Amino acid sequence: MYLEIPKKFLGLRGQAAQLADQVFRKISRKYDEAEHTYPVELDLIAAAIDGLNDGDPAGAAGATSASKGARAEDTGVKNGGNLGTAWSIMELCRGDVGLLLSMPRQGLGNAAIAAVATPEQRARLAGCWAAMAITEPACGSDSAAIRTTARLTDDGLHYVLDGEKIFVTAGDRCDCVVVWATLDRSRGRAAIKSFVVMKGTPGMTVTRLEKKLGIKASDTAAISLVDCKVPRENLLGTPEIDAHKGFSGVMETFDNTRPLVAAMAVGVARAALDRARELLDPMCELDYTHPPLNSSHAAATLYELEAHWEAAYLLTLRAAWMGDNRRPNSKEASIAKAKAGRTATAVTLRCVELCAAYGEDELLEKWARDAKILDIFEGTQQIQQLIVARRLLGKSSSELK
Amino acid sequence: MPPAPNPPNAIGRALDLLARFAGSAFVQRHALLRPAERAVYLGTRTGFQAVVRAQRVFKRATRGDAIRLGRPGRETDLFDCDLAEEQQLMQATVGELARSVLRPAASAAEDARACPPEVRLRAAELGLMGLCVPEAHGGLASERSLLTQVIVAEALARGDMGLALALLAPLSAACALTEWGTGSQQATYLAPFTGDAPPLATIAVDEPTPLFNPYAPACRATPDGDGWRLHGDKRLVPLAGRAALWLVSASTPRGPRVFLVEAGATGVSVRPAGSMGLAAAELGDLRFDRVRLSRDALLGDDTFDHARFVDHASLGWCALATGCAQAVLDYVIPYCNEREAFGEPISHRQAVAFMVADLAIELDGLRMLAYRAASRADLGLPWHREVFLARTLAGEVAMRAGDHGVQLLGGHGYTKDHPVERWYRDLRAVAVLHGGLHL
Repeated sequence: MYLEIPKKFLGLRGQAAQLADQVFRKISRKYDEAEHTYPVELDLIAAAIDGLNDGDPAGAAGATSASKGARAEDTGVKNGGNLGTAWSIMELCRGDVGLLLSMPRQGLGNAAIAAVATPEQRARLAGCWAAMAITEPACGSDSAAIRTTARLTDDGLHYVLDGEKIFVTAGDRCDCVVVWATLDRSRGRAAIKSFVVMKGTPGMTVTRLEKKLGIKASDTAAISLVDCKVPRENLLGTPEIDAHKGFSGVMETFDNTRPLVAAMAVGVARAALDRARELLDPMCELDYTHPPLNSSHAAATLYELEAHWEAAYLLTLRAAWMGDNRRPNSKEASIAKAKAGRTATAVTLRCVELCAAYGEDELLEKWARDAKILDIFEGTQQIQQLIVARRLLGKSSSELK
Repeated sequence: MPPAPNPPNAIGRALDLLARFAGSAFVQRHALLRPAERAVYLGTRTGFQAVVRAQRVFKRATRGDAIRLGRPGRETDLFDCDLAEEQQLMQATVGELARSVLRPAASAAEDARACPPEVRLRAAELGLMGLCVPEAHGGLASERSLLTQVIVAEALARGDMGLALALLAPLSAACALTEWGTGSQQATYLAPFTGDAPPLATIAVDEPTPLFNPYAPACRATPDGDGWRLHGDKRLVPLAGRAALWLVSASTPRGPRVFLVEAGATGVSVRPAGSMGLAAAELGDLRFDRVRLSRDALLGDDTFDHARFVDHASLGWCALATGCAQAVLDYVIPYCNEREAFGEPISHRQAVAFMVADLAIELDGLRMLAYRAASRADLGLPWHREVFLARTLAGEVAMRAGDHGVQLLGGHGYTKDHPVERWYRDLRAVAVLHGGLHL
């Protein structure tokens, strides 16, 4: 057992920390105030990140590198893209969650492509900034209930997509959208597939941008699909409707992305803890020399928050490590997401309270707003609990609803 | 000012008298208390009793240098959540002992307020006592892995936390001697641990005060001639009345230290503590009345690090908390699946299922914290912050696990037909106690 960051990731994490402190933090407030304005600073940065990824695939910095880890024939423990990405996302979100979500070519759609695309698709879509469109006006957590349809054309060369999608992160700025749609609503979740739709495809339009509580630097779009025709090759994975495997194939994406969202939560919570410690330091002893019972209330609270943070941090790394080592990690990914999501909200809100950091002169108030989304998207707290509970209790989704 | 209790008036005084009288008369008339319970009952009523005889005479030895066990160090620079193969084997072996010996004995051990000799014997057969005694002193250890010991403690507590504490207290004393003892202290006290009749030993840290701070004991040792005088109270010490050797933390003019006190020392008295839980560990209170100790009673030399001494204990409590919380999770899963209400298993309700999920999520987190602290120690990295945070988390989430355990079983959980009420009481100790353990 070795639960420390390996040397080979230190450089990557250091670079992410530089980016967080020298770029993200400095423009954090600017784009919190200017919602829907594109953070132009990021274009240059993204190019630099791409350069890093090309140079060091094992320690790549973005969502694209979080996928099924080592090849099966390899033996021994693996530390790959899932772990590397988790560590770098933690640092970047210590800088700013909204800006991380706005990083070109690092979208959750890219993670989906990395997780389920064929090698040919992966090559074709390389360098493409992909957003992810799952949620619809009438369905959120119940993603099996989506109504957007995909119909194969008579010549069998295209799919035609029809439906409404909401809450598409980077939906306005991206190069393409990974759209979840059903091939046959009567056949339930097995018929749900994901399709890559390039921006500019006739029939796909961005209809509005949400005004939000936080992560204002990140655009959240509503997208309409009307007779939107995409090539057959844009269906990710296999077109077969397999009652046993179909939906789980799509859901597999989450096993890779949930630890990354957990990593975002760990990052923003760390930012709040560090800042609170800085502000409280002149007033409290925070050197772990007195047990919480013998400390001031503020110090004891900070210790408790840090203890929960530590749990979120380690559970996140465990889930990512399992991904790297090709071990089934649905339960652990949900555990990480559940723990990190609620911890980030609790930590940031308590730090605002402890430091009375309610004013816009402090980023703490912003982090408390930003953090809340992390307990919601990629599966709410309650969805994660359902997944964990079903696994533990051996229950199906029809038994434990 | 705290609110004053209602001062007794004539009626109050009469009621008080009646209650005392009825209490004792009731006890006498029905002979309800069996001898063991009676001893406890009388013990708590009559207060401290002097320990009159030496429980064991340790043969004084002056042999050479202290033997320190090295830490395992690291084999890899890769993040890895897997235990080493030998640790997995240890986990399985001790886990089997916990399942087949500790768990079946737990309820009766609590009633008897003692760890059955059979349990102690079976643990000794596994070589548990030799786990951190160096080979040179007849033990099994060639290195000292805190992670391995955490795994052992966790596995034992998954069987029963009270019995685990009863088994681990002497082991912990041995660990402390291995970690800190001088050459002659090791030669005198460590060797018997691997003999046919290993001594019972224990570590006394907690004191009878709210907000007790283990880093600043009120129990005091003052230099006296060429030795020391030890004065003060310790409470809730595992095996207090049974141990042949106590390791007692006390303040000295040069900071807090630990003293080795043999059961025959003049001026030591003991009383059973009668605690909320952990009864099988025979918690008791100790009083040291200007006890005269030789110079050699001071554990270790100038390299002794009291803060780290506390850390080793904290790690032990985290391990017990993890094991016992796991026992709760193991128990509630089948129960919630089998128990039906409103025509279906109660586990089909989110209100129930989410409590189970919450228990598992927090337990996994706590375990990771405890393992990380231990593995950092094994690597020779600083681990104070990590164990401090692990203990902070343990105090909270372990109690919540105990609470969930009873709540999920409803009224049945409140009865002695199920072990969850015992675990509820046992787990309260995690945030309270600082002594007894030294992993």
